This record gives sequence, structure tokens and C-alpha cells, in this order.
Amino acid sequence: MATIAQPVGQPIEQPGRFTHYLNSEYGIRSWLFTTDHKRIAWLYVITLTLAFGLGAIAAGLIRLALFTPQGDVVTAQGYDELFTMHGVIMVWLFLIPSIPATFGNFFLPIMLGARDLAFPRLNLLSWYIYVFGGAWVVAALVYGGVDTGWTFYTPYSTEYSHTNVVPTEMGIFIVGFSTILTALNFIVTTHRMRAPGLTWFRLPLFVWTIYATSLIMLLATPVLAIALLLLVIQRVWTVGIFDPSLGGDPLLFQHLFWFYSHPAVYIMILPAMGVVSEIIPSFTRRPVFGYKAVAISSFGLAIVGFLVWGHHMFTSGQSIYASMIFSVMSFLVAIFSAIKVFNWTFTFFRGSVWLQTPLLYALSFIGLFVMGGLTGLYLATLPLDVHLTDTYFVIAHFHYIMVGGTLSMYLGAMHYWWPKMTGRMYPELPAKLAALLLFAGFNLTFFPQYVLGALGMPRRYWSYDPVYQVWNVLSSAGATVLALGYILPFVYLLWSLKYGEKAGPNPWGSKGLEWQTSSPPPRFNFRATPVITQRPHTQ
Amino acid sequence: MQQTASSFGGQWNLLFASEFALSAAIALGVFGLIGFFCYRYRRRSPFEVPTRPLRRNVFMEGGWIVIPTILALAFFVWGAILYFRMSTPPRDAETIYIVGRQWMWKAQQPNGAWENDELHVPVGQPVRLLMTSEDVIHSFYVPAFRVKEDVLPGRYTQTWFNATTPGRYILECSEYCGVYHSQMRGRVIVMEPKAYAAWLGTAGSESSAAAIGQRLFHDYGCINCHNPDGHGPAPSLVGLYGTEVRLENGQTVTADESYIRQSILDPASQVVYGFRPIMPSFNGKISEEQILDLIAYIKSQKNPEQPPISKTPGTLPNRSDGSP
Ligand code: HEC
Ligand SMILES: [Cu+2]
Ligand SMILES: [Cu+2]
Repeated sequence: MATIAQPVGQPIEQPGRFTHYLNSEYGIRSWLFTTDHKRIAWLYVITLTLAFGLGAIAAGLIRLALFTPQGDVVTAQGYDELFTMHGVIMVWLFLIPSIPATFGNFFLPIMLGARDLAFPRLNLLSWYIYVFGGAWVVAALVYGGVDTGWTFYTPYSTEYSHTNVVPTEMGIFIVGFSTILTALNFIVTTHRMRAPGLTWFRLPLFVWTIYATSLIMLLATPVLAIALLLLVIQRVWTVGIFDPSLGGDPLLFQHLFWFYSHPAVYIMILPAMGVVSEIIPSFTRRPVFGYKAVAISSFGLAIVGFLVWGHHMFTSGQSIYASMIFSVMSFLVAIFSAIKVFNWTFTFFRGSVWLQTPLLYALSFIGLFVMGGLTGLYLATLPLDVHLTDTYFVIAHFHYIMVGGTLSMYLGAMHYWWPKMTGRMYPELPAKLAALLLFAGFNLTFFPQYVLGALGMPRRYWSYDPVYQVWNVLSSAGATVLALGYILPFVYLLWSLKYGEKAGPNPWGSKGLEWQTSSPPPRFNFRATPVITQRPHTQ
Repeated sequence: MQQTASSFGGQWNLLFASEFALSAAIALGVFGLIGFFCYRYRRRSPFEVPTRPLRRNVFMEGGWIVIPTILALAFFVWGAILYFRMSTPPRDAETIYIVGRQWMWKAQQPNGAWENDELHVPVGQPVRLLMTSEDVIHSFYVPAFRVKEDVLPGRYTQTWFNATTPGRYILECSEYCGVYHSQMRGRVIVMEPKAYAAWLGTAGSESSAAAIGQRLFHDYGCINCHNPDGHGPAPSLVGLYGTEVRLENGQTVTADESYIRQSILDPASQVVYGFRPIMPSFNGKISEEQILDLIAYIKSQKNPEQPPISKTPGTLPNRSDGSP
């Protein structure tokens, strides 16, 4: 797809030595003060792994506590703090930054044929803000704890909770700036730094999704910031914004909160869809079927995503006519998602399908995303939602999307791009095993939760009616398989850093632009500026 | 699937089953196709060049936009119709008051009896629940009835059901409300009408909600301004419930429970046309349960007769929970 021409002022290479971004400089300072988007991506990988670990430990304890119907293992207060910690860390410190901050950071400039992001120093600043805000949040959650759930519903969070609500929100507020700055950086880069010939409809689909995601981040995050700020004002100065006893409106908070948090779902899932749209062509030797429809549907999702927040509030007491409008808009989401899934499916048609680990992850993404998306239809259907909302059905639904979708694809992207990022191959056999474990473990953990929700078990229950026990035991048992699926890649990926086979520039035989440069890429990505003449993955 | 024991349970199950069938068909279709393609077109040699791709075809792409759209709209409409019925109580529904608080449910039967964490209802009788909370948001959830509605502080929400099978059903709070959220559970007990009447007899309090309300009406001095014969500084409340009230600011509102509640807690926000805003706010001086009793009393005063309950005003009723 790309012809490499027009050498531009690149650093002169020492003859006889293969230099790349990893060996061009050494030492801790060369990492902590780097402005190289590729190194910053690694900084994010490390911090995100830490955050994920913490969130996962909380999840493990929750599943342990739910093994039996009576409240044990932790106290009721401890349980509430655990699920808040799990939610806050996973949403804001892992899922939101996950794919954009790592693979977006690493590959957006490369896929555009650029030397770096538009504002490399701002990029580094974003990471520092993330680390600072993240550490703040974690400190608030660990020392003292918070028991409001990640949704901070008022007036519980303003008047009734005696925990670290304000510090936690300040931390999330800070992390929000990191998100906004990253989004800004990505948007400007996509507009200004495309290689010659790289028109909008020649952009890789991954770039389309990162761009759409950045727009959502830029527009939605400030609303979250406002909601959190108002909540802090209410709590600290007892101004009646959300508290009805002071003349406030508790539903106002829910509206503001979901106005951000529904689009946040697309912040999490769109980049994952982008990765799928890269992996499938690479392993079928076929550009994505219906490229334009897939590209535009990302925007459809981004826009409609802003108009459906009220579907979280069908039983909140909002007007039934408002609920009807939110319901019909939510069905639209399904249509955009369906377009993507059908187009992916038909990309395989008459392809040359090579079932390597990244493709396994992509397939597992499609499977889990379809199951999560279809159950979204149930929740968009008003009367069904009345029964299912605030139960384990919702928990299962959004874990299928966020864990089955986003997290699977985070790992999928990790395997797909590992050779490019490190120059080494991961071991194929354990990797396939891990992908299967993850898929099986995920379904074992979360499918029983659909059943639990349909039976009527509410979420955030520390103790529950014994009729629900069977399915809880199944779910907790499945979580152990899932855990193996996470630990295994961690081990062999680290191993491969030293012992993995040398990858070479293009182990997958992909046409993607990022595979046309060496592995690992040079400090400024290409030895000569590429010129783009075709759609991505044209064979 | 959870058992059903309410009049819309059957409809609900049918809708659920239809969506299940549809989604299973879509999922199996997609998985089957991908599985088949992955096997049929597996790579046989590393140098394989795939054959001619699928021709882009308007009918195909149009089809998978149009067909899902039609299906989605069909399910939306079906759902909206059922939802409308589920949210509009029938006229002959009996009203029961629900007050949620950390961490218990209180229910007041039409005869004034309060019960905790239990709700007795007769089978085959539509029951409308008028609900509010004394602290945070809770949610009233009876899985077997397919009924759930949030219970908010500072306002009334409502839901309704018509129980079809006698038995004991799980009642749960489904909106996180603090440490013992998961303990905020109870039972709905559906009884044959006779058994229910008998139970009401034994559980009945000394006086009905309206009678308690009448006593409160005197004790809080409402009677001093709101003279039933219409003389005095304030409008008579006889026959008020359900009428259209014209306000000073030119608006017209329906005098439902929420209106009466707000008139008591924040009278200045809705001043009746032709009256001066002299009514004091009772915010903080009166509990949600007492407001509900006052409402019951005001509702019981129908035009044009005198109030049907004519007990002599007594002292404040003795409440087990010790609220004022
Ligand atoms: C100091 C006199 C006074 C007292 C005491 C008082 N009210 Fe009122 N109330 C008024 C006046 C005057 C109005 C009409 C102006 C307005 O709407 O504020 C009114 C209006 C109302 C209304 C709306 C009536 C309508 O026609 O729409 C309700 C309901 C009501 N009061 C209930 C009560 C109850 C219940 C109490 C006792 C807890 C009470 N009031 C005590 C003076 C009083
Ligand atoms: Cu509650
Ligand atoms: Cu609760």
C-alpha cells in the first residue's frame, strides 16, 4: 500500500548497527523524560498493568465473598469498598485509557506515517497527570476507602456516605485532564500529520476509531468533570444541588453522570473495534469488507452514544415518554454495531485465513461482543429493562462488552503488535492456550450472571437469597479459569522479551503501514517518509 | 427464568422469549458463518493469494441495515406498548403507600396499618404503590411480578401490579443505598381476598390512614386555616384531590399526591390563585409517613358532604418507630 520514498531529515545512522527506539538511548531518565510516543506507550502499559492488577484483586475478593449467600469473607462495609474500588479503578484507570493510551499512542503516528504525535511533550505530560491522578485515586480508595460505587449516586454520596468521596472524585477529576489532553493530541495529529497521499478514506480503520474515540473524550469528559465538581461543592459546602432536602434534584446527578458514562462505553469499545479491523485483514489477506460503512459506523456510534444516556434511568422515575425516546435511540446503537459485525464476517469470505493467536483474540472479541451487544437489546426494550436493570443481568451485559470486548482486544492488540513493539515473537502455543482459557473462563464467569439477573438478583449485594447460590458458585469457579487466562500471557510475554524469536519487520505478512518499517521501529518511525497510494490492506 | 405471579408476567415472558429466539438466531448465524469461513478458507500455503473477493453489493449492505432496523423498531414498539401498560395503574387500583429508608421497607395498608419488610396484598386486585424515601434512593423490586421502580427522597414515584397467584415472593431493594443495601429485603405475601380481609382485621391499626390523617390535621393546626366550610384565610381542602388548581403564577396543576405533598413541604412554590402565601412550611417537622396519612385524609374528603370520618380529634398516634 505504501511506497517509501522521499528521504527526509532523519538522524544519521551509525553504519553496521541496527538502531531503533529501544536502543537509541538507555537509562531510567531516557524513559521518564522521553517524548517518544512509543516509549510513552510503554510507560502506559506498565502503569495500566499495575492498575489492572489492583482492580482484578478487588474483583477476585468480590467473587470469593459471593461464594456463599450469607455475608462473609469481608464485612458489608468492606464489600462496598471493594466493588467501588473495582469499578473506579477498572473504568477510569484501566479501560478508558487502555487501548488509546498504549496502542493508540504507539501506532497512531506510525499508521499516519508521522514521526511522532503533534505535541510530544504534552503527550508525556498526559502520562504524568495520569500517574499523579491515578495514585491519588488509589490512595483514597486504599487508605479509608469509598463505598458509593463507581456511580456516586446522590444523595447517598453527598449526605450519607462517610467515606473518602471527595478525595476520590478529585483524583478522577485530575485523571480526566490526562484523557482530554491525549484526545486533543490525537485529533490534531490525525488532522495535521498524515503522510503524503493519506486521504481520510485511506486511513486505517484503527485510526478512524481512535479519532472518533478522541472526539468523545473531548466532548464528554468535561461533563463528568462538572458533575464531580458540583458533587464536591454540594458535599463540602452543603449547597443544595442534588439533595432534595435542600431543594436539589438527585436525578440531575444521574443525568449528568450518564451523559458522560454512556459515551464512555464507546470510548472503551471503539478502539477495540479498531484493533479487530486491523487484525482481520492481516490474517485473511483481505481488506475489511465495506470499509466505508465500517469507518462511518464508528462515527454513528460516537454520535448516537451521546443521545441514549437516559436508558440507564428507565426505572428512576423519569417521564415514561422520555424513556421511550431513549429506548428507540438505544436500538439504533444495535444497528451500527450490526453493520460492523456483518462486515467483519464477510471479510473472511474467500480470504486466506491464518489462525494465529491475534486472530483467535479477534474471533473471541466478535463472539463476546455479539453476546454482549444482543443482550443490550433486552435492556433497551423498556419492559424487559424494568426487570433486568440493576441486577446481575446488567453486570453480565457490560462485562461482556468491557471485559469480553475491550480487555480481550487489549490482549489481542498486545499479541498482534508485540513483534513490532519489542522485535520479538511471543511463543505461539502457550499464547493460543491463553486465548482459549480467556474465552472459556470469561463465559464461565459471566454467563451465569445473566441467569442470576434474569432470576432477579440485584447488583451490589453483599449477602443474597439462597435461591441464587448455585449460579454464584459457578461464576466464582469460572473466575479462577479466567484468572489463569490473564496470568499466563503476563508470564510468557515477559519471557519472550529475552528469549523470544526475532520477529523481523513483518512476521504476519501484513500490508499495514506499521509493518513496513523495521521491528522495533526506528526512533522516528520510518527511515523515509512513506507515500500512500491505496486503501489500507489492499492486497 | 424466574416464576411469574402478576398479570403482565405472561406478556413479559413472551417478549423476553421472542428476543431470546431472535438473538440466539443472530448469534448462531454469525458464529456459524465465521466458523465455516475460517475452516473453508483456511490458509494452506504461506504464499497463498486469496481469490476474487466478494463483490460489493448494494442489496447485501442495504439488507443488513434495513432488516435489523425493522426488527429493532418492531421490538421497540412492542416493548413501548407493554411498558405503557406497566406504568399506568388502572382506575380501580387500591393504593398502598411505601416508604423506604435505610434499610427497611414500610408499607401502609388502606386501613392505616403499617407493616415492616412485608407487604400483604389480595390476589386479583390491582394494587398501586405510591412510594417515597426518607433518606437515599432505594428501588422497590419484586422479581416475580416484573415490577421495579426507584424510590426517591423528596418526591413520589408509583408503580402497580395485579398479583395472580397466592404465595410469598421476594422483595428486594435494587438501588444501592448504603452498607446494608443487601439486607433491605422482604416478602410480598399474596393472599386470597378472604384471607387478606381477615389478616387486615387482625393487623389493622386502631384507625385508618385517613383517620390518623384527620387527627394530624388538627394537631398540626391545619384546621385553623383550612376550614372545611371554606371560610378563613385558606382554601377548603374538601374535594381537592384530583381537581385542577389554578395558581398565582397562572399555571394550572392537577391536585395529585405529589402536589399535596409539595403544598405541605414547600407551600410558597405553588400558591393558590387568590390566596396570600401565609402557609408555613412543614419541611422537617413532619415525617413522610405522616404526610401520607394527611394525603389519605384529604383524599377521603369528597364533595359536597362533610368529612366521612368524624372521630374526635385525639393526640398524635403512637408510632413504634418514634417519629414525631
Ligand atoms: C397559617 C395558615 C395555614 C396553615 C396552618 C396551613 N395552611 Fe395550607 N394553605 C394556607 C394558605 C393561605 C393556602 C393557599 C395559598 C398557598 O397555596 O400557599 C394553603 C394551601 C394549602 C394546600 C393547597 C390547597 C389548594 O387548594 O390547592 C394544601 C394541600 C394545604 N395548604 C395543606 C395544608 C396542611 C396539610 C396543613 C397542616 C399540616 C396546612 N395546610 C396548614 C394556609 C395554611
Ligand atoms: Cu434501599
Ligand atoms: Cu438498597
